[in-house]
Amino acid sequence: MIDFPLSRLEPEAESVYAALGLKPGARPSPRSGELLLRALDSFRRLAEPRGLVLPQTEEEFAAVFHGQGRNETRNPLQRVHPLAARLHLFAFTLGETISAEIERLFAGDFALGAVLDAVASLAADNAGRVAEEWAGSPATASGGSRGAHVAFLYSPGYCGWHISGQEALFAALRPEVIGIRLNASFLMTPLKSISGVLVAGPPAIHRVESVYPFCAQCKSPACRERVSAVPPT
Amino acid sequence: MEILKQIARTIEEGDAAAVPRLVGEALAAESSAKAVLDGGLIAGMNAVGEKFRVHEIFLPDVLLAAKAMYAGLDVLKPLLERAGVASRGRVVIGSVQGDLHDIGKNLVGIMLKGAGFEVIDLGSDVSAVGFVAAARSHEARVIGMSALLTTTMPVMKEVVDLLKKENLGGRIKTIIGGAPVSRDYAEEIGADAYGYDCAQAVERVKELAAAS
Ligand code: B1M
Repeated sequence: MIDFPLSRLEPEAESVYAALGLKPGARPSPRSGELLLRALDSFRRLAEPRGLVLPQTEEEFAAVFHGQGRNETRNPLQRVHPLAARLHLFAFTLGETISAEIERLFAGDFALGAVLDAVASLAADNAGRVAEEWAGSPATASGGSRGAHVAFLYSPGYCGWHISGQEALFAALRPEVIGIRLNASFLMTPLKSISGVLVAGPPAIHRVESVYPFCAQCKSPACRERVSAVPPT
Repeated sequence: MEILKQIARTIEEGDAAAVPRLVGEALAAESSAKAVLDGGLIAGMNAVGEKFRVHEIFLPDVLLAAKAMYAGLDVLKPLLERAGVASRGRVVIGSVQGDLHDIGKNLVGIMLKGAGFEVIDLGSDVSAVGFVAAARSHEARVIGMSALLTTTMPVMKEVVDLLKKENLGGRIKTIIGGAPVSRDYAEEIGADAYGYDCAQAVERVKELAAAS
């Protein structure tokens, strides 16, 4: 199973400031610095990280990925997943307590609430990075799938995988056991949760050159950075 | 007046402990509650909003300022009510049905209050009927809707359509926002305005409230 130590999830100060809209090179006010320290303290006390993975065969995942049949006709995951050496469904949550605290703070101490919200969002993202390392590590490989692998997390709602794909993913993975529930519009509760498939394989499989039609509307093009970080083969 | 300028400055500094004391001093010096509101609290928040717009300060500073402003408003509220001073108008806000994301909506609400509007926050997961019923019962001029998912955006159109059906379209204006929402989408569904961020939302709501 994957271990999610808080120290690996805790975001860097710079990324929290950036998430809150501080322009690169600008200095945060001393009061914002104090808020960040308080938010990080709350994060360390209240986060209850829990994750779940389930290995998938290519056929099993193809059915999950098809979901309700609402994916974009051309999308990167349909090209990448058949080339994978290993596939794992994945879900992670920071738990109910920290979400409740964010909500409570927004009723009065909203500056602290906003900073804690950004810290928790980034921590959930970092959990994805921890899971990618786990899935890509040789220790996770078994049988014929050994080798220098790189794993990426792909999530419903991103990159042409329709968000309704959450339904099939939940039916297979059952993240309810770690306290994650899905609502009718495919959102997870607790809010600070993520889901997806960990696709591990030789670095080259992840190199997606094409720009898809939906990329034009994407507000979080982190995929381009991670693709360009793939080591050359 | 110097004391009003001092209140505005203290709001910019986000000093929530000092503002109520200064408001008390201004009232004792025979400023009216309305003068303290406009010349102190709202003036301070306007300056903060402008600095935010040009990226001189960032979100936490704005929120600290808003908190300081609210602390002053708590002192003034009973006096303003007694004097029959009307707010800038009522705005009903919420995240649409199916959507649990509410941070953006919360920020919009905080900024609207800071600009002198009375905000009725319906929370998240609000149905079209819920928005319209609340706007009607609170006699709101504007409904503000937030959505973070493409799957929940259609509820915004339901609200616009329901207002039209009930012949309220001219009286109650709509503004929409959230990550997947765009100006084009607002035009497509017939919403009256689109806010890219919370600062722009305030500007648009001011225009809508003035027009309604
Ligand atoms: C009334 O008038 C107005 C006017 C202006 C208005 C307004 C109303 N409402 C908002 N505004 C505007 O003013 C505000 C401030 O100025 C702004 O409000 P926002 O709410 O937009 O901004 C907030 C202050 C900060 N912004 C946010 O908190 C959202 C930022 C992005 C990057 C984001 C984050 C951080 C997160 N997420 Co995710 N997330 C994304 C977002 C992409 C993006 N760039 O926006 C979005 C919303 N997420 C998405 C997805 C898919 C998901 N996320 C997930 C998870 C997460 C994190 C946990 C990592 C994290 C926390 C989310 C949270 N809010 O708690 C998952 C769902 C979580 C769940 N509980 O179900 C998951 C489903 C992924 C998965 N499978 O794991 C996408 C939805 C896509 C879709 N098809 O609908 C998404 C748009 C990313 C994308 N694909 O580009 C403006 O929009």
